[in-house]
Amino acid sequence: MSIPAIPLARGVEAAIEYLTLHFAFLTKALSRLVETGVDALVDAMLWLPPWLFIAALSGLAWKLAGRRIAVFAAAGLLLVWNLGLWAPMVSTLALVLIATLVAVSIGMPLGVLAAVFPGVKRVVAPALDFMQTMPAFVYLIPAIPFFGLGPVSAIVSTVIFAMPPATRLTYLGIEQTPAELVEAADAFGATRAQKLFKIQLPLARPTIMAGVNQTIMLSLSMVVIAAMIGAKGLGGEVWKAIQRFEPGKGFEAGVGVVIVAIILDRITQAVARKSPAAQTR
Amino acid sequence: MSAIEVKHLYKVFGPNPRRGVELLEQGQSKQALLERGLAIGVRDASLRVEAGEFLVVMGLSGSGKSTLLRCLNRLIAPTCGEVFLDGVDITRLSDKALREVRMRKFGMVFQHFALLPHRTVLENAAFGLELQRVDPAERSRRAAEALELVGLSGWAGSLPGELSGGMQQRVGLARALAVNPDILLMDEAFSALDPLIRRDMQEELLGLQSRMRKTIVFITHDLDEALLLGDRIVIMKDGQIVQVGAPETILTQPADDYVARFVEKVDVSKVLTAEAVMHKASSITWPKDGPKAALHKMREVGISGIMVRDRDQRLLGVISAEDAARALDAHVETLEGLIRPVPSVRLETPLAEIFGIAQFPVAVVDEERRLRGLVVRGALLAALAGNRAPERAAELREAA
Repeated sequence: MSIPAIPLARGVEAAIEYLTLHFAFLTKALSRLVETGVDALVDAMLWLPPWLFIAALSGLAWKLAGRRIAVFAAAGLLLVWNLGLWAPMVSTLALVLIATLVAVSIGMPLGVLAAVFPGVKRVVAPALDFMQTMPAFVYLIPAIPFFGLGPVSAIVSTVIFAMPPATRLTYLGIEQTPAELVEAADAFGATRAQKLFKIQLPLARPTIMAGVNQTIMLSLSMVVIAAMIGAKGLGGEVWKAIQRFEPGKGFEAGVGVVIVAIILDRITQAVARKSPAAQTR
Repeated sequence: MSAIEVKHLYKVFGPNPRRGVELLEQGQSKQALLERGLAIGVRDASLRVEAGEFLVVMGLSGSGKSTLLRCLNRLIAPTCGEVFLDGVDITRLSDKALREVRMRKFGMVFQHFALLPHRTVLENAAFGLELQRVDPAERSRRAAEALELVGLSGWAGSLPGELSGGMQQRVGLARALAVNPDILLMDEAFSALDPLIRRDMQEELLGLQSRMRKTIVFITHDLDEALLLGDRIVIMKDGQIVQVGAPETILTQPADDYVARFVEKVDVSKVLTAEAVMHKASSITWPKDGPKAALHKMREVGISGIMVRDRDQRLLGVISAEDAARALDAHVETLEGLIRPVPSVRLETPLAEIFGIAQFPVAVVDEERRLRGLVVRGALLAALAGNRAPERAAELREAA
């Protein structure tokens, strides 16, 4: 006797087909809009001469993270420029910035809601587990019918993949506020909003910033993978190198990714450390 | 009028706490409740706190004292019973009205200070006012006043992390005082401090209280602290109030073995006062009585010296039997020139201080310097030694 397989795949496909049929015109329109925005941002970043861009970014690194990181950023970016990977690097950076911005601006408020309302958390927490453990490639497939090949599909799947830490560490940070401080606020008659904005969020800031840092790192890794569905940038270079079997070129593009990753990581970590609540702990 | 009145307050933790209260009322034991997953926080507590009173609630950890305190401002919601503040039952208030009461009526001080690490001392002191939406200038002014009150004026711009424990708790006290509350709730406020600092803070709190006359409910597990600070002391055990009374009453008439065991450990020399150990003083009046009358009275009572006071009962000094006898032999009619100074203490002087005086007996006088009694060395030692003996509690119970 054979047990018939549950038609999970067919169900998912039917759902996607239905959604595509009825909503794709909307998402496609949105996609075109966002794509114009992405192109404009990349163009603006490319319009700056690389030396000026490098100087500005190193200056920022100096101010936020200190001299060592600034020197590394300058050297790393000069190397990227020298290898002829400047334009792909800029496009990767733009995608990461946009994806992070979207992921954080959805993820962080969601984290706050989850911390304040237990009901929200009961729904959100397993959803986050699902989003994080589902292999990243799987998101790429349905993105195409909705947003078409290109950077917008890449951004959408990146946002889904990179958002969980922003949400999770936000509610974790809020929940870990020392109970005595929350009690003190209650004892002096604080409302829920006052507790949140005057005590919990300021004290959770280092944890939340760690979440933002994680989101940036995950965005970067996903943006590279998303080259498979037409995101350009350093990931695109890697993808080309795979198809043409050019291990040297692949390595160069990979080094570019590593350099961008280190710069972003060190700068955001330094910002997290600088928050006042972290200093006194 | 009482500032706070607690009536038959229960707090049971666990699923279905109401059922727990019913079980307790049926006479079930603490163990029986624990088996059902119910823990007793407070059990049938009734209590009045008068306006301007310094009430200390004392008990070991787990005795329910902190739970009782938190029921007063409903940080913990009582399972049943009532808590009246100026006639209003706060267990029935809406959330909004409750916040208003907490904001206006209460100031609270916490064991581990509970200061905001990311804010300056001034901002911390202003926290309650900030929640009240007092405008920033007024807020800073009042917070600065409160800081001055606790002796931290120069530290307004520091972060709490830069301060010692004692200073941090001063900030905690300033934060509570800044909102000018009627009632101060202090939860083991000095328990986390070093003994010396703790002593300073206790003295300072008493100093502040003598000026402010707030209603204070102070939680501690330390009987010495309770005896020093409290106008009255509430002793709790297993969620129940075991005894309520003035420090002297607690010491001399412990309600049961539990209280008596506590009392045994007290350093009695800090707590018992001259009044508690003094004897009735025989005395003569100057200038009415002469050497003959003095000697006669001494012989009658069997002592070798006698206190001399004036017609208004004020202490003048002491006359020894030898001096009086010599005067009598020399046919001197008056005691003039024979009166020697005598060490004197006030009724409320603790025994510890009397110990420092080398010469006995010591006269005990009231605030008008009227002679009220005297302390002899023997009585002092007996009071101190008697307390250390294990039978003390039993003796006291018999006496009471």
